Amino acid sequence: MLQNLLLNSLEQGMVYGIMALGVYITFKILKFSDLTVDGSFPLGAAIAAALIVGGYHPFFATLAALLAGALAGCITGILNTKAGISDLLSGILTMTSLYSINLRIMGRPNTPLLNQPTIYSVIDTFVKGIWPAFPSKHVYLIFFIIFALLIKFIVDAFLKTQMGFALRATGDNPQMIRSQGVNTDLAKIIGLVISNSLVALSGALVAQYLGFADAGMGVGTIVAGLASVIIGDTLLGGRTVFISTLGVLFGSFLYRFSISLVLSFRLAQASDLKLFTAIVVVIALTAPQIKQALKLRIKGCDSYGNS
Amino acid sequence: MVILDHIQKIFYRNTPNENQVLNNLSLKVEDGDFITVIGSNGAGKSTMLNVVAGVHPVDSGRILLDGIDITHLPEFKRAAFIGRVFQDPMLGTSPSMTIEENLSMAYARPNNMTLCWGLDFQRRKIFKDYLKNIPLGLENRLSTKVKLLSGGQRQALTLIMATMKKPKLLLLDEHTAALDPKTAQMVNSLTEEIVQKNNITTIMVTHNLEHAIKMGNRLIMMHKGQIVMDLSGEEKSTMTIPRLLNKFEQLQGEKFAEDRVMLA
Repeated sequence: MLQNLLLNSLEQGMVYGIMALGVYITFKILKFSDLTVDGSFPLGAAIAAALIVGGYHPFFATLAALLAGALAGCITGILNTKAGISDLLSGILTMTSLYSINLRIMGRPNTPLLNQPTIYSVIDTFVKGIWPAFPSKHVYLIFFIIFALLIKFIVDAFLKTQMGFALRATGDNPQMIRSQGVNTDLAKIIGLVISNSLVALSGALVAQYLGFADAGMGVGTIVAGLASVIIGDTLLGGRTVFISTLGVLFGSFLYRFSISLVLSFRLAQASDLKLFTAIVVVIALTAPQIKQALKLRIKGCDSYGNS
Repeated sequence: MVILDHIQKIFYRNTPNENQVLNNLSLKVEDGDFITVIGSNGAGKSTMLNVVAGVHPVDSGRILLDGIDITHLPEFKRAAFIGRVFQDPMLGTSPSMTIEENLSMAYARPNNMTLCWGLDFQRRKIFKDYLKNIPLGLENRLSTKVKLLSGGQRQALTLIMATMKKPKLLLLDEHTAALDPKTAQMVNSLTEEIVQKNNITTIMVTHNLEHAIKMGNRLIMMHKGQIVMDLSGEEKSTMTIPRLLNKFEQLQGEKFAEDRVMLA
């Protein structure tokens, strides 16, 4: 059972990890608390589901979802930089309006994808054509791991470009990068666009994975994303971008694994999950302070003993 | 050549705190000038630099750089030809990024928003060679995060970043005020070396009268948002601290007593 639990958590950890990588870009790189993700995640799901049901190719549907996420991020960015609305509020405004928009896109609160072609069924059929012995039940796992790592490497590479440097400096010291000639408003918007594209992409993949899109499936996305980012940061640290993004995926896996554990041992009901998530985030957020406090205490004892 | 043409800047206009910081200020900076700016607190020295850099919009007047009107150009666009070093050593660098990453952003200016790699073998070599000429021992610490450097090292790094791509104008806002005397001396001599070697037009605000007299080719004293003294050549080189203090005294009368502490 534990093996199943691990494999399932890995599967989910990777597909939601793409969303967490998006949250990493805003939260860690830009230091921008972006709540748009609670809206752009179901936006990606809704667009993908609606287009697939409408007969479009799953790849096209997934790409469209990514572009819609980019647009959502762009709107939050413009609200924040051009209209001067605070980062939290501009994200909340986009998120709230996306709720209505998602209902419009689907035309109803829930769109099932049963017996519809998905990106996975397409891949499964394709690989089977080349390699008939392909273990179909692992198609999700294999695809998610490859895809999440691919996105991770793309994000890593991006953050090593001149533009990536500019984004990191915008979050770190906007005054400095402005005096080096970078438009920090533009840098913020670019960061939000990339972040929400990834979040919507993740939403589209999750909808096809779960077999439905739901208007309410975005609730708590930001908290799950933050949990992944913070768990990764606490455990692996952030010495380099490579380690940080690896930490995000690892954090996402651990987060899903802990939820699965709690559920499978009946420690909580499914409806307690959001509470549990919030508690995990609080613990992960306070861990560095607790570590620091413990260190100080130990040091204090030492110097007392030595004197 | 930089021209400030009748600049007015009023903070908190139409409130009880209304404060005219720049009062019809005009200044012509010739190419190659190294101007030191002194004046008591609130004289408008920093505001003048900030207005030139585009941090604050002006209420009226024009700013010309090599004949081009830059009065309404946003801060980040002016950065293409203006280099700056701030008083606070924290402000000029990105602390959680490495030395070479910081240098790369300055080196690539003004094309530092592209999708080209920020660092490669060639650039690292350029940075290393560049840092070898500066007695800070940073050439072997390229991948160290800037937050681990001392204030003086950071200020030197900021200065290097501001001048790496030769700016048309260099603005130094009390850039050694937060450093200990020895480090301040090091940063000052580095400043003189870089400015002279590259012949960079420079405006430096300082509270240190000795530096103001010794450094540069022109000395300006500001008072209540105007330039009240503009010395160059022999007039400047023969100026002494007591005579400058005397001038302050004349300007400010009784109020000066409290400022003597600041200027000593």
